[in-house]
Amino acid sequence: MNGNGVSLSRWIGILVKEFIQLKRDRLTFGMIVGIPVLQLILFGYAINTDPRNLPTAVRDADPGIFTRSFVAALENTGYFRIVSRPATEAEADGLLARGDVQFVVTIPADFTRRLMRGEAPELLVEADATDPTAVSNAVSAVQKIALTALSRDLAGVRARTPTPTPTVDVRVHRRYNPEGVTAYNIVPGVLGTILTMTMVLMTGLAMTRERERGTFENLLSTPALPIEVMTGKIVPYIMIGLLQVTLILLAARWLFHVPMEGNLAVLYAIMLLFIAANLALGITFSSLARNQLQSMQMTFFFFLPSILLSGFMFPFRGMPEWAQTLGNLLPLTHFLVLVRGVMLKGSALPELWVHVWPIAAFMVAVIAIGLRFYRRTLD
Amino acid sequence: MNAPESAAAIDVHGLNKHFGDKHVVRDLTLQVRRGEIYGFLGPNGSGKTTSIRMLCGLLTPDNGSGTCLGFDVIRETYEIKREVGYMTQRFSLWEDLTIRENLDFVARMYGVAARARAVRDAIDALGLGDRRDQLAGQLSGGWKQRLSLAACMLHRPQLLLLDEPTAGVDPKARRDFWDQIHGLAGQGIAVLVSTHYMDEAERCHRLAYMFEGRLLATGTAAEVVASACLVAWAVNGPDLAALAAALRARPGVLQVTQFGGTLHVAGRDAALLEAAVQASSADPRQRWQRIEPGLEDVFIDLMQNAANGRPS
Repeated sequence: MNGNGVSLSRWIGILVKEFIQLKRDRLTFGMIVGIPVLQLILFGYAINTDPRNLPTAVRDADPGIFTRSFVAALENTGYFRIVSRPATEAEADGLLARGDVQFVVTIPADFTRRLMRGEAPELLVEADATDPTAVSNAVSAVQKIALTALSRDLAGVRARTPTPTPTVDVRVHRRYNPEGVTAYNIVPGVLGTILTMTMVLMTGLAMTRERERGTFENLLSTPALPIEVMTGKIVPYIMIGLLQVTLILLAARWLFHVPMEGNLAVLYAIMLLFIAANLALGITFSSLARNQLQSMQMTFFFFLPSILLSGFMFPFRGMPEWAQTLGNLLPLTHFLVLVRGVMLKGSALPELWVHVWPIAAFMVAVIAIGLRFYRRTLD
Repeated sequence: MNAPESAAAIDVHGLNKHFGDKHVVRDLTLQVRRGEIYGFLGPNGSGKTTSIRMLCGLLTPDNGSGTCLGFDVIRETYEIKREVGYMTQRFSLWEDLTIRENLDFVARMYGVAARARAVRDAIDALGLGDRRDQLAGQLSGGWKQRLSLAACMLHRPQLLLLDEPTAGVDPKARRDFWDQIHGLAGQGIAVLVSTHYMDEAERCHRLAYMFEGRLLATGTAAEVVASACLVAWAVNGPDLAALAAALRARPGVLQVTQFGGTLHVAGRDAALLEAAVQASSADPRQRWQRIEPGLEDVFIDLMQNAANGRPS
């Protein structure tokens, strides 16, 4: 069995060939560079993470001058559009449950009295947090006006009150989605979905293209081993993937000012793993598929749940348990948590491990399937 | 690593291959010696390509046994792939790579020593030095075929399996190609080449004729012709079309083929054929002459025979 092992020279040969072919395929190369930039700009500007004029109901149990100016201040922030003034709690709940309003602001009956006494009256803001990004900016706006809005009206009444004391105690209830997903959902999401789509698709086509053009017979008739061919086809795309994420991260920084709390090297390590997992899936798809069309279909079959169940589009915790279980199998789900963790919370690897190993396990499983179905012969 | 020395480059017995319920190759038994050019003939879809693919490890035979260059065709396909040069029927190099890149890639796959030099030599031998950076996809059919041959010889294989290497190639290029093949055989390389061209068949040391997955005849061209026991006549003159129609209706006449101003008539029963000739030779302007049957006559006869005798 002399000389039957993996050959580095052969592997490099496959690598070089893939690079050359990639270089010649202008359209694909353009897509690889164009897609991330285009989508980030599209998503970044089209998907508004700071929505305004949100429909709001105000249940005013204490009509008076202070409530009037407080509600006016709410409207002046631009976040709230008062569409309803329900009389009862049940009515307000109904509005929120049906999604007619995003917020219910409840002003308690003793609002004016307690304000006059110098006690900070409680103000209840109930938010429909199923769309958490829609809520967070509006909520912080309420907190800000709570500090400032009434100070002018109160100036005469409560002259001796020390200035920094909040005049109103704003209680926020995030309804339906207690966790409240971070506002910088878009960048990790775009990173993850673009990598999923381009990486799986590009490599998915890599092997089926050889088969369709008839060159696979030639490749098979050489002594190249399946593992050499598979990994040799993956590596050029790893570099492409790193180029993509770098473009996205630069755009995220300069166009959208997304913070970077954690370690950049950790982030790249995670992205590298995620890229490799998706590439492995693509290669496996292309050893299963008979032609490029089938490979494309498989890619979309995988892509759709990745977008819908990963927590990119809808809050993960809001899904039923079975859907969460399904979502947990997808690398994108863990990738999103990891990227948010590193970029926004500054998490380090030990805390992240719980989401790292599922991606690694996914990759190993997929490569095993790919090798199992790689056709060494034309049978 | 050297292949174990053995007299036969190919020595297989009873190879069978099914695709679904289609029996594509039936009991293929074949011996090809080193230094021999072995012609592989047969109509389209007769199983030639499948046979060649089984010999080079691209397809696994359902049963049967044998060796290629001393390596087991079922268990040692990796070793076979290293030592065999296989040229596919359809151009299968990478059209988006240049000539040099293609050769370089193939050389790497086979771990060719002194790769850069080997590639340069191959390009020079092809006479493509000035076009080495041209994309393979832009080459004409003849050049693609020459490039393919160069690619499958880069690693100096001891056995060449060539699947219709000259299909669609002009006569001059075909002749050059065959001169090259003979040169290689002279160095001791075994060549198994499938073809549809009779002139190429005649340039082979030995032949096999395959029909519907079965080898119907093997041997030298002369042996194949002799074993068919065909008798043939040629007739020159006017009105050959009418004569051909008349002859086809006669018993004992198996083939009537017109070549310009000559008609070839062939049959297996000499007496019956003679009678047919006598009965049809009324026109004095038509001149009859007994000839040796050609390979093509023999192959068509073999095919008709097999088709007639086939249980339906």
